[in-house]
Amino acid sequence: MEHMPKVYNVFLVDKAFSRKPLSGTLHLTETHSVFTENASGLPKETWILHSLVCLVERQPPTDTGYPLRVHCKNFQVLQLIIPQETDCHEVHMSVLRLSRPERYEDLYCFSYNPKSDKDESTGRWNFIDVKTDYHRMGVSNQLWHTTSTNHDYRVCETYPIDLYVPKSATLPVIVGSSKFRSRGRFPTLSYYCKETHAAICRSSQPLSGFSARCLEDEQMLEAIMKSNPGSQFMYVVDTRPKLNAMANRAAGKGYENEDNYANIRFQFMGIENIHVMRNSQQKLLEVSELQSPSMTDFLLGLENSGWLKHIRAILLAGVFIAKAVSVKGVSVLVHCSDGWDRTGQVCSVASVLIDPYYRTLRGFMVLIEKDWVSFGHKFSHRCSHIHGDPKEVAPVVDQFLEVVWQLMEQFPSAFEYNERFLISLHHHIYACHYGNFICNSQKERRDERIQEQTHSIWPHFWENKSEFMNPFYKPDHCQSQGVLWPNTALYSFKFWRGLYNRFDKGVHPRQSVLDCLMAIKEENQQLEEELILHQKKIATLERERGTATYKRNSIVTSTDIWGQSDADLDLLCGSIRSFPLISFGQQRGSDGTALVRPRDTRKGSDLDLSANSDQESGVADLNCRLSSGSESLPSEDIMKNPDLVEAIYSVA
Amino acid sequence: MEFAELIKTPRVDGVVLHRPFMPLVEGTLCLTGHHLILSSRQDNTEELWLLHANIDAIEKRFVGSSGSIIVKCKDLKTIQMDIPGMEECLNVASSIEALSTLDSVSLKYPFFYRPMFEVIEDGWNSFLPEEAFKDLESMTDEWRLSDVNNDFSVCQSYPPLVTVPKDVDDDTLRKAATFRHGGRFPVLSYYHKKNGMVMMRASQPLTGTNGRRCKEDEKLINATLRAGKRGYIIDTRTIAVAQQAKARGGGFELESNYPQWRRIHKTIERHSVLQESLIKLVEACNDQSHSMDRWLSKLEASSWQSHVKEILTTACLAAQCIDREGASVLVHGTEGTDSTLQVTSLAQIILDQSCRTIRGFQALVEREWLQAGHPFRQRCAQSAHSNGKLRGEAPVFLLFLDCVWQILRQFPCSFQFSEGFLVLLWEHAYASQFGTFMGNCAADRTKLKLPQKTVSLWSWVNRPEELERFTNPLYEPNSLVIWPSVAPQSLLLWEGVFLRWNRSSKWLDEAYEEMAHIIEYNKELQTKVNSLRRQLAQLETEEDGPLQTP
Repeated sequence: MEHMPKVYNVFLVDKAFSRKPLSGTLHLTETHSVFTENASGLPKETWILHSLVCLVERQPPTDTGYPLRVHCKNFQVLQLIIPQETDCHEVHMSVLRLSRPERYEDLYCFSYNPKSDKDESTGRWNFIDVKTDYHRMGVSNQLWHTTSTNHDYRVCETYPIDLYVPKSATLPVIVGSSKFRSRGRFPTLSYYCKETHAAICRSSQPLSGFSARCLEDEQMLEAIMKSNPGSQFMYVVDTRPKLNAMANRAAGKGYENEDNYANIRFQFMGIENIHVMRNSQQKLLEVSELQSPSMTDFLLGLENSGWLKHIRAILLAGVFIAKAVSVKGVSVLVHCSDGWDRTGQVCSVASVLIDPYYRTLRGFMVLIEKDWVSFGHKFSHRCSHIHGDPKEVAPVVDQFLEVVWQLMEQFPSAFEYNERFLISLHHHIYACHYGNFICNSQKERRDERIQEQTHSIWPHFWENKSEFMNPFYKPDHCQSQGVLWPNTALYSFKFWRGLYNRFDKGVHPRQSVLDCLMAIKEENQQLEEELILHQKKIATLERERGTATYKRNSIVTSTDIWGQSDADLDLLCGSIRSFPLISFGQQRGSDGTALVRPRDTRKGSDLDLSANSDQESGVADLNCRLSSGSESLPSEDIMKNPDLVEAIYSVA
Repeated sequence: MEFAELIKTPRVDGVVLHRPFMPLVEGTLCLTGHHLILSSRQDNTEELWLLHANIDAIEKRFVGSSGSIIVKCKDLKTIQMDIPGMEECLNVASSIEALSTLDSVSLKYPFFYRPMFEVIEDGWNSFLPEEAFKDLESMTDEWRLSDVNNDFSVCQSYPPLVTVPKDVDDDTLRKAATFRHGGRFPVLSYYHKKNGMVMMRASQPLTGTNGRRCKEDEKLINATLRAGKRGYIIDTRTIAVAQQAKARGGGFELESNYPQWRRIHKTIERHSVLQESLIKLVEACNDQSHSMDRWLSKLEASSWQSHVKEILTTACLAAQCIDREGASVLVHGTEGTDSTLQVTSLAQIILDQSCRTIRGFQALVEREWLQAGHPFRQRCAQSAHSNGKLRGEAPVFLLFLDCVWQILRQFPCSFQFSEGFLVLLWEHAYASQFGTFMGNCAADRTKLKLPQKTVSLWSWVNRPEELERFTNPLYEPNSLVIWPSVAPQSLLLWEGVFLRWNRSSKWLDEAYEEMAHIIEYNKELQTKVNSLRRQLAQLETEEDGPLQTP
């Protein structure tokens, strides 16, 4: 980078902040491109994290210079206009190179240190432990146990070491079954339902071709079926469309023949493959990036992308499995082709539907660790962490997060975490600050010594959990308990504005119910503490005085003071009384405790001149971007950790 | 009583009722002059009381000797009644049909309804123009209240009292009225206190093909401009539509005659187009078939969301002219009773915080819809299940409420009322026991003696127990102008109306209650903490002083 650290007189077009281009200086570092606005005082900085860049494209030159359009994996789109063509070319090449590292070692997580306190960060990799979750489910038990079959990844390279199988499945059966399954991914336990004893198992497709059979594989399925004594049959769910599965037979793969396996019921789910999903999301993004689209452009674009139908197909498969396991008490084996994309999606969606634990913050982390990370979802390929085959890239995990979001829309009180958590998780899956999602399997992560060299995201999320809590969540609500049965009519599926238009400030509600309620809940907590503090103080004061006559007024019994006339209270504590609903900002209680009202959540916005150039162009130029908030910038970075450098953040 | 002739079978036993989200009920069906009542005569089941006026369409189905009547209501609910006996079923069906389409105004339910509650404040007097003018007078002396229309002779659809520039006399108004469609001469709709700019509304000028002009009209609207200032005329029609209107005697203000005004054309659709849109939308929402997979295309094909976007955009434009450009605005379309009112009322919600309170919103509806002569009777005669020839039905008011809901979604803390209040107004506009939405204009209401003979919706709503139901717990008065986003991503389908009977709102309601609970708890805590602070302060002062014996 020595040869070109800085480019002057660059224009930045960032929809998130302003319609007018900002003029400033572009500074390239190994990890970020930093744009600094030419301004006195506190110039605005925009940081572009190279590992988040998925596409940089040259655009036809304009009067001001040579534009570069930068697309990020978190759906931010920026435009840099560079005065000189040679500079533009160099920046283009540099960002291209820096955004496509060839080796894992070049990823940001190897140099990123979220906290200087090293003692604390070592050993945090066991913050989330998948084994504990199986224990929570009630496994091992009389019917299921852990197997050492995959010790040192001998049987299956892409599986974790710790696996759970039916006790009745002998080693030869497991090994035989693994040889009959794509990439050795034999059927193994994903979720066990304590109440019904039914299980969700996962695998890859069988190598059945047109007629091949494998006795061990058949025995393996029978063992799974029999590990659920209450049921006479089991489902085998192939998440693919029938046509795709049939086509696989020609390659010696395929699906289970109901005639060969005793007591199975076979079901296709029709979820499309990664290539269809990648194209679909591309079309969706084109719609979300349209400049001033009409309602027709938007709705038809959304329809033609097919995206919401794919989301629905995944949820439908999850509902099918949830019903089988939790209502019918029937075990299910789920697979697709390799068993690491659609299978992971569907198993985890079913788990979220069935088990309220996965709707808690910690439970969701466990679920991601279990069904995605440990079972070998190829994060680095799918998220293009390092330079690789573009045909391997696919929004598989995006879709899972979106299904959860769609569920949140239908069941606002069922989840302990909020939308922000999903968006932040999405961000970190792509951003490579933390090591969790690097590589494609557990074995690869072990070989790359990820845990020794990088940090885990989960403790970080846990420490900042106040940002990610859903104020509507109530553990004793009936939607927080039990199985969720979502409405799957197409009209129930909405465009996820919060994710796909995350950086398009203009389209979001001006006042956020989430922010507002989070602030009130936080304040309630402070008030509760203050209440106890005052009660103690008063009790102490009264004890000191030791006058029996005062006991009548002692706090614990003094119901009369709740009945003080408002006028009295106003006189003494007017400002405090009125502060939640009338005034905002920071307030100081009379006893000196700071009562902080986080941001101005309930006040609306007036037109912000700096962000709206409609004024100059006359009123007829009225379009979608009429509105803009006055001061509340979207909280891009919701982390409290000041060291954390988000992919792109701006300092006002 | 004429009703008896229409009710062929007043009572049928053994009727099975199917309702959305409710268990089947078997009971006795009774038809009265205004209601369809189904009761199981058991204490624990809710009776159905359906106002005939709420019935939009019915369908009959027969299986063997029994039949079913499917009743489609104007509030978009569908119920089914299985009636034993072919003849009974036919009788009931034809009675319902006759009773729900009664033409005679004097037979309508509001004339028979007697309130079961104590009227604290008569809603008919809650929003008098004289009172509104007092508020205006406190801000400016440039306007006067004219009673030029006190016998409705100048303009049939205007109220007796209108606000006009002080310097314009009634004679000028009379002449200007002859130059405007339906006599709707420009009157004051809104005064923007912040900068003294105003919004006027009217109907189209009758320029015709030969470009007729009217000095009095020009004088009237120029009188609303400050010296040297220019204004904007927002014509809610496209230029093409406005051009075509000339052939029928209508038209638009020519620049040459109104040099101080800049005209902007927008694209708000009218009557039958909107009604078609509603019909298609409701069809799409209720489509149970497998062709559901084209949901978004069907939503798009209904154009409903496009109408919402267009209306909101125009309202934002008007608000922007006033607040940002510091210019006065005149809004009109053709008759000035539909799209014009959508724009003027929404612009006020954007600009004026008082319109976002429960009472302020009622005042707005009263002023900009009822007094301003939106023909509710005609527009709301039928809802989404209307078929056959339309007679001026159009969901103009529903579109307005939808737009308000969109703004409410974007500024959830800036409205004193909740979504439920908007739904309530929509329901009552189509079928009600109250007289508020009867008739087409003030003249109709006077003629029908509604204030004397019926109860006002406001009388009922403005009682503390009802107000509480419609209060938004998040409300925080916000004096700022609230600019909504009109990007398609920001405009949602109003599920509370259109999917209300398709999916249960149980989970959403549960979350809403939790929100209300958190806020309630906050207030409680504050009260407690404050009294403790007070007590503590007292104790600490006494610490220094002599002991008191209480």
